[in-house]
This record gives sequence, C-alpha cells and structure tokens, in this order.
Amino acid sequence: MTAVIEVEDATFSFGDVPAVENVSLTVEEGDFVGIVGPNGSGKSTLIKLMLGLLEPDQGRVLLYGVPASRFQDGSRLGYVSQYASRVDRRIPVTVREVVEMGRFARAGIFPLRDEDHDAVEEAMQQVRIADLADRKLTHLSGGQRQRVFVARALASKADLLFLDEPAIGVDVESRERFYGLLRELNEQGITIVLIEHDIGVVTSYANLVACINRQLYCHTSPEDFLAGDFLEQAYGTDQEMLRHEHHLDHHHE
Amino acid sequence: MISTAVSLAVPGLVDAVSDAACEGGRLFGTDMLCYAFMQRAFLVGLFIGLVGPLIGTFLVHREMALIGDSLSHTAFAGVAIGLFFAAVTGWTGSPLLVATVVTVIAALLIQYLAEQAGEYGDVAMAIILTGAFALGTVLISISGGISVSIASYLFGNIVTVTEQSVTLLGGLTALVLVVLALTHKQLLFVTFDEEAARVARFNVSLYNRMLVVLTALVVVAALQILGVILVAGMLVIPVAAGAKVASSFRTSLVLAVAAGEISVVVGLVLSYQYNLATGGTIILVAVAVYSLGTMWGSLTNGRPIL
Repeated sequence: MTAVIEVEDATFSFGDVPAVENVSLTVEEGDFVGIVGPNGSGKSTLIKLMLGLLEPDQGRVLLYGVPASRFQDGSRLGYVSQYASRVDRRIPVTVREVVEMGRFARAGIFPLRDEDHDAVEEAMQQVRIADLADRKLTHLSGGQRQRVFVARALASKADLLFLDEPAIGVDVESRERFYGLLRELNEQGITIVLIEHDIGVVTSYANLVACINRQLYCHTSPEDFLAGDFLEQAYGTDQEMLRHEHHLDHHHE
Repeated sequence: MISTAVSLAVPGLVDAVSDAACEGGRLFGTDMLCYAFMQRAFLVGLFIGLVGPLIGTFLVHREMALIGDSLSHTAFAGVAIGLFFAAVTGWTGSPLLVATVVTVIAALLIQYLAEQAGEYGDVAMAIILTGAFALGTVLISISGGISVSIASYLFGNIVTVTEQSVTLLGGLTALVLVVLALTHKQLLFVTFDEEAARVARFNVSLYNRMLVVLTALVVVAALQILGVILVAGMLVIPVAAGAKVASSFRTSLVLAVAAGEISVVVGLVLSYQYNLATGGTIILVAVAVYSLGTMWGSLTNGRPIL
C-alpha cells in the first residue's frame, strides 16, 4: 500500500485560535476515510491542509509524497465542498458545463478536444446524471447536484476525492444512494476522504474513522471506533446529540 | 500613429467601408451613417456592446458588479490627470491613454485590497470610487474648471470620439477578446467555484487580477460613449437580461452580447433622431431589454428561449 496523504504532527491556527493541533494520520491508496467531529472541531481545516489550500504552521502534510501546497497535478484531486448541494447562485450553467470544468486544467488555453468530451459523457453516465446533461444546475435537487460535482471530479480522472459534508440539505433516500455511489467509486480504486457529522454513515461506509476535535482522538476501523469511548473523549458534552443521531440513522437502514 | 499607418496602407478599404455604411444607412431611410463622427460612434459602440457584456458576465456572477462603477470613476481621474498633464507640458496625446494606465493600476489596487480582506469590501470600493473622483475634480479645478471636454467624459458625448480614440479603443477591444478567447474556461471555473478551482491548481489570484484589468480596459473603452456614470450599466444590464432567459452559460454569453449590441444600436439611432443624450438613451434601451427579458422569464416560468 502506498501512502496518498501523510499528515505529520500538523498544527494550524487562524490568528491565535488553534483549529488543528498536532494531528498525524496517514491515508493509503484505496482507503475510505470518514472524518467526524463536532462543529468547529477543525474538520474542514484539516481537509484544506490535505488539499494544500492551507499550509500548516507546524508539522507537514504530504500529498503523494510532496508537500500538499506544492502538489501541482490538480486533475488528480476531486473536491466537493460543503456548499455543493446548495449552490444558490444564479449563474446559468448546465450540468454538462459543470462537468466539463473537470477537463479545464488539462485543456489549458486550448478548446476541449474529443477525448475531453468523451470523459465528460462517461463521468455523467458513471454517476447516472447523463439524462440531466442539458438541465440547468439551478433546476436540480440537492442530491442531483452532489452527483454533478462528483462527476466533475471523475471527468478530471481524480484518484483522490474529498467531500466536505456533501449531504447537507439532501433527503434521506438520496443520501443513501449517494453514499452507495461513493462506495462503488471506492471499490473501483478511488481514495475517498469524507467529512460527515452523521456517524451512522461513516461507520457503515468508511474503512477508517478519524475523530477530531482540534486534536486527533482516533484513527481506527469503524468496529474499534464503535467499541471504544472515543466519542466521550473527543466530544465531551456534545456526545449525547451525536449518539442520538447515530441511533436514528441505524433506524433508517 | 497606427491609424495613420492603416489609413495610408488601405485608404481604399476605409473609404469603401465608410461609403458602404452610408449607403446601408440610406436603405433604412437615414443618412446618419454618412457622417464620419456617427461612423466612429457606431464602431466604438459596437466594440462596447461586445466586450462589455462578455466581461460583465464574469463580474455579475462573482457579485462584483459595482467594480465597473469604481473603475469608471477612476478612469475619470485618469482623464483629468491626462488633461492636467497636457495643460502643463503641452503634451498632445489622448487623455484616454492616461486613463487606461490609471484605471489598470486602480483595478490592481482594488484586487489587492480585496485579497487582503478576503472579499470585495464595499468600504474599500467606496473609498476608491469617491477618492478617485475627488482627485479628478480637484485636478480639473486647477487646470481651469469644467470644460466641454470634461462634461463629455462625465455624461458621454459621441461627437468627441476622434479617429485616434477609435484606434485606441479598437486595440483595447481586440486585446480583451484575445485574452477572453484563451482564458474564458478558467475564468468560468474561478467564477463558478473558486475553491474547487484552487484545488484544481488554477492560479486563482492571477485570473482575478486579469479579470479586473480587463474590466479596466472595457471601462475606458466605454467612457466616451456612455460617460463615467453610466459605464457600469453596460457591464451589468445586458448580462442580467441574458441570464434571465439563457439555458446555459454559453447561450447566456450570446444573449448578453445580443442585448448589449441591440441597446447600443437602438440607443445610438434614437439619440441621433431625437437629439437625446447618447449614453442615457443606450442605458434606457438596455433597461427596456432587461424588462422584456424578465417578463419573458416569468411568463415562461424561467424556461429558457435559447
């Protein structure tokens, strides 16, 4: 197994406020990592460090063995942000136009070529949105939009997919199908890093759970995670609410 | 100088085009295109109707619509500096040349401030807008008060469009078109999803800087026809009109340009026929086109026409 992401003792602060403290963890090729933690626990900051959008104040973060902020092959990285499912901007783009963006880094200043268009169509089929290709993004449901952003990552042939709470505002049924899709992609060899507040989802889909509340409290298998008392350690008084959600979700399954 | 070279090299072509425009106008029962100043106004107007909405599309969807307003006031300061410089040194170049330089610098300054603050803060924008305009008025008072030529920059005046400025503005338009042709994909990505563009390793701040510099060039190109106060309208109104009825980003660009060109042509014709303020007429036509687009949008429940 090769390490895709190596976080070594990374610390990052916004001004005086520490967001991530002394976190070390490794993500290997083919992993499906679920990052859990309460609001404001540094989950998004950790993902931004991994993506190289932020640089650690201390320690280091490597992407494919290179310091993340200096990693240049953007087409290998897919990113579905927290806001993906609820883009409310009125920019009139179609589904196909969004997925095409996944090819822009390769195309540079030149027009898209046949192979680019093929990759776009293939990616849309893979996430089953080919029938929506000419629809405007603003006319889609939250669940359909997520698929569009995943298709954009697939079109760029990303082998590492980051998702930051992609399911906010999406109905339960679409969520289940969406996570099923992520599992499918993971089985095809795509490494997935998912931030998810819903512990039920993480324990049923991920093969590794990382719980963070500024510091890393666990980096372990879902089974050990459920058996351990990491929640108590990481969440302190917030745990009641999270346990509750966890039970609720198993109820849905 | 370039225009002299061109007209020396192809005098026949320029005359032929000018004659054709005159005859073409007569077919529609008007001789306005037989006047050189109207030909120049139409030419510059068509340039603006093209690049204004194109650049405006990226600005509007980034919620940077008002940057056009800030930059046009800065361009006014640039014109004032140019006229002041000309009065002091006897320099005979176009004040628009100075305005171009000043506006590009201001655009980069705004971008720098926005990057420091992490947003396009309206305070920074307001300071630059009013500060530049204040500088303009002070310089004008030093160099002899408001003259006809100053008023024409404020409110737009097609009669003052010289051959020299047609060449300058044609050059700026061509430059903007070339840069857009090469980078519209990147600009779309950055406009649509800045964070994902960073992840894809696009140089986001480079594209942001490029966009504001292109905006500065378009603003200067539009200054003589529309005037300082109305320039921003050509960056915003046709775009808003097109977005109402477009089925995709590509068609929104086409529709925005169509709305821009219709506004310019109809506005110029009306202002000539009825002796109306040109800039104001163009913008009012644009507003009318926007209203039609909005009505169409609500009648068809947002279903696109193109």
